[in-house]
Amino acid sequence: MSHVRLIWRKSLNAVMLTLTGVAAFGVVSILFLILGYFIYNGGHSLNWDFFTQLPKPVGELGGGMANAIVGSLKLLLLAALIGLPTGLLAGVYLAEFGGKALGFLIRYTTDLLNGVPSIVIGIFAYALAVEPVKHFSTLAGGLALGIMVVPITLRSTEEFLRAVSGSLREGAMALGASKWRTIATVVLPAASGGIITGMLLSLARVAGETAPLLFTALGNRFWSPGWSQPTAALPLMIYEYAISAYDDWHRQAWAAGLVLLALVLLANLGCRFVLNRRGTIRSV
Amino acid sequence: MASASQGNSATAAETARQTRMSERTPATTPTEVSVRFEISNLDFYYGAKQAVFGLNLKIPKNKITSLIGPSGCGKSTFLRTLNRMNETIRNTRVRGQILLDGQDILEMDVVALRRRVGMVFQRPNPFPKSIYDNVAYGLRINGYRGRLPDLVEHSLKRAALWDEVKNSLHKSAFALSGGQQQRLCIARALAVDPEVLLLDEPCSALDPVTTAKIEELMFHLKDSCTLAIVTHNMQQAARASDFTAFMLDGKLIEHNETSKLFTTPQDPRTEAYITGRFG
Repeated sequence: MSHVRLIWRKSLNAVMLTLTGVAAFGVVSILFLILGYFIYNGGHSLNWDFFTQLPKPVGELGGGMANAIVGSLKLLLLAALIGLPTGLLAGVYLAEFGGKALGFLIRYTTDLLNGVPSIVIGIFAYALAVEPVKHFSTLAGGLALGIMVVPITLRSTEEFLRAVSGSLREGAMALGASKWRTIATVVLPAASGGIITGMLLSLARVAGETAPLLFTALGNRFWSPGWSQPTAALPLMIYEYAISAYDDWHRQAWAAGLVLLALVLLANLGCRFVLNRRGTIRSV
Repeated sequence: MASASQGNSATAAETARQTRMSERTPATTPTEVSVRFEISNLDFYYGAKQAVFGLNLKIPKNKITSLIGPSGCGKSTFLRTLNRMNETIRNTRVRGQILLDGQDILEMDVVALRRRVGMVFQRPNPFPKSIYDNVAYGLRINGYRGRLPDLVEHSLKRAALWDEVKNSLHKSAFALSGGQQQRLCIARALAVDPEVLLLDEPCSALDPVTTAKIEELMFHLKDSCTLAIVTHNMQQAARASDFTAFMLDGKLIEHNETSKLFTTPQDPRTEAYITGRFG
């Protein structure tokens, strides 16, 4: 009897181990399949021209996406300027000052905001920054992305601040530091690695967003003349080129996808780097 | 009539307070130690739960007073009322009077109070900064305008840590051992030159050799500082303190010179505790 149970237990163990292992392997292989597929299809279209040239008119081969790369960077800069400080400060409020009822409200609202479809955020930014001035702009696109950055930054900031041990706060307060001083000089620096990681990941996340840009930044086949004018962006380019009828454009869409993917991977690696450096502290 | 008598009593209290204050100026008789902290009728509540009951205690100047008692007897809570650290916990309430050199600490500015009454915690809690920045922290936030390096060195020397860290001042404080970290925390507290140093079980996470170092350090600090230490370790209280207070269930049971309390306890509960019959 007990022998049968032993075999049953061991085989159950083996089956569950296999299932979890297969699932884990599946997750890893999906990433590598995507990466491999993009390199296979887009790798050969990646050349100096891609990074330095404007898109060529329809029918001409070659050209690049320099304007889209710069456009994406400009949009990300705006998103960072709008979203990161807001998310950071609200996260500090939530972790350090938020009462029970208000804290719950903020947390709940933030999670809802995080779940709002990105196209809805795009419509919101359209109503806020495009409709009133009657033209599409880089600013409107940056605003849409910035709104998306807020909830991710906020929640990760809150989480990492909460992870800072209470004994550090007590240590600072026992030396006569006010609450704000304690947060600014001890708690935030202690959590900085995690907070920066959260910020980079939130930017990486919105770097690939297409929907919020469709009717805000719009897209542009030339250099954007200014912040108040439409701009190209990598995700918009991919969308436009991937559904086009030209082989050359398809190849460039793959290349753009690869660049975007590399950008996100680099951001992730950057996070690892930052986190690993947390142990070592620079002096004065 | 009633108001007149109230006025009189208030004046009387004021006079008594001034008398007490003048008594506490340096001119004290050799037999009578001067008092740094005078606690009267102290009650403390966590929400509805009372943790300290009508506590009266005098903590003498330039002496080491240890607080002993079983876990949960309120000794740490009491210690933390002395620099108002309990105020950081929500829903706490304190009643009674705590005088620091005759001044009511509940009416003092909390930053000024904590500058005068430093604290060292159970677990070493160095900031994630360099050794130097840890010691300089209290000075910087208090807007100290002197030569920081000198004071950092002086504080590390007072905490008997200087020789071990003088060549690695700008390394992370986390690179130090547990005992070194605790001495760093003591140096950090000493840097703002407090009159009182509260130690909340400072050795409970340390090995015996390191504990001995901290105790020796406390002995030297007596000259410049009043020390109050919460400890679970009765041998430590017996070895290292001049006065000992025994607490049980939030009440002060007995307070006496350490040698007397450990040899001839007046209360049967004190005797039971120090002989190891409970706790």
